[in-house]
Amino acid sequence: MAVPKKKTSKSKRDMRRSHDSLTPAGMSVCPQCNELKPPHRACPECGTYKGKEVTGSEE
Amino acid sequence: MRHRKSGRRLGRNSSHRKAMLRNMVTSLIDKEKITTTDARAKELRKLAEKMITLGKKGTLHARRQALEVIREKDVVAKLFDRLAPRYADRPGGYTRIVKLGYRSGDNAALSLIEFVEEEFTPKPKKKKAEEKPAKKAAPKKSEEAPAEEAPAEEAAAEEAPAEEAPAEEAPAEEAPAEEAPAEEAPAEEEEKKDE
Repeated sequence: MAVPKKKTSKSKRDMRRSHDSLTPAGMSVCPQCNELKPPHRACPECGTYKGKEVTGSEE
Repeated sequence: MRHRKSGRRLGRNSSHRKAMLRNMVTSLIDKEKITTTDARAKELRKLAEKMITLGKKGTLHARRQALEVIREKDVVAKLFDRLAPRYADRPGGYTRIVKLGYRSGDNAALSLIEFVEEEFTPKPKKKKAEEKPAKKAAPKKSEEAPAEEAPAEEAAAEEAPAEEAPAEEAPAEEAPAEEAPAEEAPAEEEEKKDE
């Protein structure tokens, strides 16, 4: 079985991980409550989207 | 190949899917708004709009066709008597889907599907001729005003008072699309000057 000959150094390990970072999700601002909200979605804070839309019936 | 495949299977066989969508469209017409997953809402939209179309026809045949889908007679009656007349002037687009977020539990994307309430206002017919200048009007207010009077006056563009821009906007929007390239040229020159 193929096996590493040497332990990966901290440096090599961290260099490998240098591309692993995640970027934060893009957000837009709710015009009603000025909170950050996901774009094209109803605002989770005040429940509005382009006016008045609150969470309707449950599924 | 995706040829001739449309729609979503929603993880069901066809009879299960059809039964579910029949239940959902019955509920939607009854309650006028329901919360469901994004994918189901988008499938439901197709069926719901077809039901409205049947309702707008209003014939006995259309009513029987609706009864093949909708499970409750009084819901069909509501569709034909109350819901469809609201959309007499609207050429499609009877439903609205608003995305709500993600369900805790399975993280499924939820959305609200509802019948639109607003009065229908027909959009102006000529699309291309109007859209182009309208888009340009917004970012280039100050530049457009002098460009209309005479391209030679570009230099005065920066001093052009802000009040003049909105006044000039209205004719600018109706102006034919041919003017757009003419306006672009002086605008580009100006940007160079600014630098």
